[in-house]
Amino acid sequence: MSELPLTRNVRADRSPTDLAAYEANGGYGGLRRAMAGLAPGDCLDIVKDSGLRGRGGAGFPTGMKWSFVPMENVSPGHKYLICNADEMEPGTFKDRLLLECDPHQLIEGMILAAYTIGADVAYIFIRAEYLKAAQLLREAIAEAKAKNYLGRDILGSGYHLEMHVHASAGRYICGEETALISSLEGKRANPRAKPPFPQVSGLWGRPTIVNNVETLCNIPHIIERGPEWFQGLGLGGDAGTKLYGVSGRVKNPGCWELPIGTPVREILEDRAGGMEDGYQLRGFLPGGGSTDFLVDEHLDLAMDYETIGKAGSRMGTGTMIILDDRTCPVGFVKNLIEFFAQESCGFCTPCRDGLPWNAQVLDDIEQGRGQLEDMDTLEQHVSYIGAIGNTHCALAPGAMEPLQSALKYFRDDFLRHIEERTCPYREVH
Amino acid sequence: MPVIRVDGQDYEVEAGGNLLETCLELGMDLPYFCWHPAMGSIGACRQCAVVQYQNEEDTRGRIVMACMTPVTEGAIIDLTGDRAAAFRRTVVESLMVDHPHDCPVCAEGGECHLQDMTVMTGHRDRHYRGTKKTYRNQYLGPLIHHEMNRCITCYRCTRFYRDYAGGTDLAALAAHDHVYFGRHREGTLESPFAGDLVEVCPTGVFTDKSLVHDYTRKWDLQSAPSVCTGCGVGCNTLPGERYGRLKRIHNRYNDEVNGYFLCDRGRFGGNHVNDAPRIDYPARREADGRFRALDQAACQAQLADCIAGKRLAGIGSPRAGLEANLLLQRLVGAERFNSGMDDGEHKLLQRSLSHLVNSAARNPSHRDIESADAVLVLGEDLTQVAARTALALRQSVRNEAYRLAAELKLAPWQDAAIRNLAQDRRSPLHIVSAGSTDLDDVAAGHYRLVADDQARLAAQIAAAIDGEPSGDAAVLRIRDDLLAAQRPLVISGASAGSAALLDGAAAIANALARAGREAMLSFTTPECNSLGQALLCRDSHASFESLEASGAEVLIILENDLLRRLSPERVEALRERIPIWIGIDSLETGTLAYCDLVLPAAAFTETEASFVSQEGRAQRAFPVHPPAEARRPGWQWLLALARAAGNTALVALEHFDDIVPTLAGEDPVLQGVMRAAPDHQFRSRGLKIPRQPHRYSGRTAMAADVSVHEPRLSEDRDSALAYSMEGSAAADRPAALLSYVWSPGWNSNQSLHKFQADIGGALRGDSGGARLLDELTMPAVAEAPRPEAFRRRDGQWLLQGRHHLFGSDELSRLSAGPAERAGRAHLYLHPNDAQSLGLAEGDGVTLEGCALELRIDASQVPGSAGYAVGYPETLALRSGQWVPLSVASDWQRPPQVIGSDREAAS
Repeated sequence: MSELPLTRNVRADRSPTDLAAYEANGGYGGLRRAMAGLAPGDCLDIVKDSGLRGRGGAGFPTGMKWSFVPMENVSPGHKYLICNADEMEPGTFKDRLLLECDPHQLIEGMILAAYTIGADVAYIFIRAEYLKAAQLLREAIAEAKAKNYLGRDILGSGYHLEMHVHASAGRYICGEETALISSLEGKRANPRAKPPFPQVSGLWGRPTIVNNVETLCNIPHIIERGPEWFQGLGLGGDAGTKLYGVSGRVKNPGCWELPIGTPVREILEDRAGGMEDGYQLRGFLPGGGSTDFLVDEHLDLAMDYETIGKAGSRMGTGTMIILDDRTCPVGFVKNLIEFFAQESCGFCTPCRDGLPWNAQVLDDIEQGRGQLEDMDTLEQHVSYIGAIGNTHCALAPGAMEPLQSALKYFRDDFLRHIEERTCPYREVH
Repeated sequence: MPVIRVDGQDYEVEAGGNLLETCLELGMDLPYFCWHPAMGSIGACRQCAVVQYQNEEDTRGRIVMACMTPVTEGAIIDLTGDRAAAFRRTVVESLMVDHPHDCPVCAEGGECHLQDMTVMTGHRDRHYRGTKKTYRNQYLGPLIHHEMNRCITCYRCTRFYRDYAGGTDLAALAAHDHVYFGRHREGTLESPFAGDLVEVCPTGVFTDKSLVHDYTRKWDLQSAPSVCTGCGVGCNTLPGERYGRLKRIHNRYNDEVNGYFLCDRGRFGGNHVNDAPRIDYPARREADGRFRALDQAACQAQLADCIAGKRLAGIGSPRAGLEANLLLQRLVGAERFNSGMDDGEHKLLQRSLSHLVNSAARNPSHRDIESADAVLVLGEDLTQVAARTALALRQSVRNEAYRLAAELKLAPWQDAAIRNLAQDRRSPLHIVSAGSTDLDDVAAGHYRLVADDQARLAAQIAAAIDGEPSGDAAVLRIRDDLLAAQRPLVISGASAGSAALLDGAAAIANALARAGREAMLSFTTPECNSLGQALLCRDSHASFESLEASGAEVLIILENDLLRRLSPERVEALRERIPIWIGIDSLETGTLAYCDLVLPAAAFTETEASFVSQEGRAQRAFPVHPPAEARRPGWQWLLALARAAGNTALVALEHFDDIVPTLAGEDPVLQGVMRAAPDHQFRSRGLKIPRQPHRYSGRTAMAADVSVHEPRLSEDRDSALAYSMEGSAAADRPAALLSYVWSPGWNSNQSLHKFQADIGGALRGDSGGARLLDELTMPAVAEAPRPEAFRRRDGQWLLQGRHHLFGSDELSRLSAGPAERAGRAHLYLHPNDAQSLGLAEGDGVTLEGCALELRIDASQVPGSAGYAVGYPETLALRSGQWVPLSVASDWQRPPQVIGSDREAAS
């Protein structure tokens, strides 16, 4: 078994790691190294070289994102680092593990990230329901402050950083980085058009970086151990480890840190224990509720950004949702679309009015009221709503991914609903 | 200039714009909803989608929102192609999923941008089979009707209301497909610009309550270019009429004055022509004191009887047109002509005029005001006195945001991005006033002082700009902000009643100009033709006192309620000195009760008139419909009086257009009024310009209840407009004659871009109006003595007038809706003063014989008392007066109205 840095402090009973335990296990070593002799530019180079890609779903190279933050000739004022801990993607529960089990790892990563981009204020924007994590983080921040890992003149480096925990108001869209910023400003959680990107004009109009929890948790290890070490952790082209999760009718649903690029089958069978007895795999959403279905033939693919992307889906958050053979795919997709329709911020037309329309069509089909022309409507909406750029942000295109792939892989199920004027899965239950 | 390719055709276009406005400027029809020419782009509705190709080789292209895509050299886009068109069609179909399709009963129908865009996209067949969402509508006050089911969620309303106009009580509530645009609970919309929602909303969510309740199809409205009579700003309006009733007032675009927006006093205050008691027939007061109507012959005889051979005096009116006032002045002689103002107001206006003329600072239009990068307001609550100017100032404070945006190379139309970038960073606005103002929320500093102290502060600021040392932090801060600006603006006016304040404002502007800044100086004027009257009477003005001693035998009062300016005792005194009074008015004012002969004047919707705005811009208002009954325009009555008097100089006048050229002969400034609009001989393509759109219906039937014969069309001999559907409605007709906007496929006011060369720029037929002051010379006035610093007095309070958008002017409070908004007059006291008098909020206070309800207001300067100006109960009060206050005996506290009571009542 190769090294698993992110979860090394996660105990079997999932009890939180406090500061003493974190330090005892080498914690804040990365910070000490940086404060003792690394300039922000050095840290940036290390992160760039490491090949770390954002773990929130889009997989954008982290170092490159940071490099867009203006470091010179920037007008006076704050710069901000925001940790996106608003984990609300359906089927996703990986950040929670890190937040609840090892809060200092995140805090150390945030200090290093903030140092790199020259931010003096950092926020942890946390999902409102993560009460326990929020409390742990507040305590951990106080502990870190007491040890001068946070606050004024951190470890005598002359660098200052404040850190705050902000509980989200509980909308999925707050996980979209610009909507998160709007929400943090106290406004409607509407996403913002880009450009300008948050790196230039983000929170309160100032340069801002928003990173996912898991992304930031990688930083201390990268800074401490270096980019080559990090690259060596991955199995394929991607670097590092990844928290993978599986939910659905499997024997052992859960979340595990594995080398990035671990094959799907290994995650599903070795970790999740395979399908429950009496259930067969029909397909799976590899990276949360807004990724395209993959099926049997994709089980031997490596779970990394490139491979999954080539197969027609996205690795997303790396947390799979399994569709079994006794669950109606139409109902499954309808459930997701209803969620996304409900979570639309209501700003742009295709998302606000298009998603509920799709939910209504899917409901009609599932209830046996579908008509053949509904298939055309769904197909048409896939291109109308599903293309990035047609909508204001990525929510609606993401929402359409399960539908678009379900139409490809489970078309017969849709047609049977329409022809039989009922849901063929009803009698199974 | 970049070249872009649209549908295979190359066009040279302006750099810096977005594809939507560029395509519209090229004359193309590209549907949109959320973009607004004055508010820029946010990319919400996704309606203006086009396909953009990377280069010549790119065959796939991608859908982009035209409003969010900057024009770039060599851009290739496909506007009419199937893919873009199909996308736009689906967008409209999505928007219409929940729309109630209630066009036949919708007040917006026929002038609805949603209808136009739906037709333009070609959407026809509905595929959605689900149920429609419905909403509960809100009571939003007496002016605006709410119908949320029609909403297409374009966010224009809240963007205008909150972002553009600074309102706080309308918001986008809830989320997903249940976004609700309303107040957090029912109640009157508080913004003075709420009425603009009627025009900003692309469909019928917010409609004009007066139109909804007195409904006419929009294409059945007859309209003519008019000018608002609500204040001195001179916003251009388009009143619409049917069956002799004013149905609505819409904004008439003028890029230099009001742009796309009006204030609610202007939009709803004109309803006094329907709501207030009007006079329809000439009448003579009999011995028993009652008036008897006169027929035409009897009236003629009476006129001759009253004035032939008599010595005449006249009182004009700042709410009547310049032409009628000029006629009256010439009829009675300048030495016996009062402009309609008391001597104090007259002198303040002359002082303003002299400062404007003699200052090196520019007298700005609103467009100029919006470009100011630092502003000082002295002694004015602009939102209440000149609301549209206040709205322009709200835009001027955004210049800092545009500066920041330019650093990031963000185009000015990137509205959301710029607001997010700038947040609350604004260009400095400093407000010196007697109490809180509606612009305080965007002000860098506000300084609450009584008028005398305002004037003292102004003088200190002027001295500090000239380099005099000062230890006063406020002085230094204001000085530094003004000097740091390129285009600093100083705004003051006569509201505070202080000559020294006007001097101080001018001194600051002059000092800034000396310091090399492109300084601007602006003064508000109280009424629509106040400045016209000031120009007319700049050489000679008979005060009310001098009229008493003039030996005149007949007093002619033109559209003026003297009781708003003089106490009843003073009116009585004047009445005793001049035996015969002739009153000409459209409204039944208290003054008419003193008159022997009453002549029914046409209201502003029925007569041609020129008004001179605070900017010195002469603008022409045309009659929207012919006057009913025996009403005649004031200027025609005066011509009749001139004939009756045998005045040989005036009897030759025939047309409205003859008045100024003939009578203002040697005065080049007054002659400039003729440039305000083309004369009655103007023709567009050989034809008159119609007041009725070609869709106007029922012409042969609308009077059938009276006579089945088609009525003869009224003739308009005095203007180039016709009371007809026939004529030339060419897009390049002069702006001053733009009687309605319509273009094929564009039935709503969004068709305006078809009349502009550049969006947001001048109309194809130019801006309209003529700036008069640029050619005026006047002697400088002697500086007013610097007032003493304010010291409070025991047992006495210094009165300071507070203006109210609804209630302080004469006309709007005669309209039902605004009258409800005006409420009753209040007295304002600082909490400590109220406590010392043992008074609580809502108590009655007696002063000068009137009892007012107390409002406790921490912004009131201690030792002073604010009072609502212009209310019937406060007409006797004057700013600067010292008065004792006492607790009103037998005061009934007004009932506490709570929201749910109001809802129940409505």
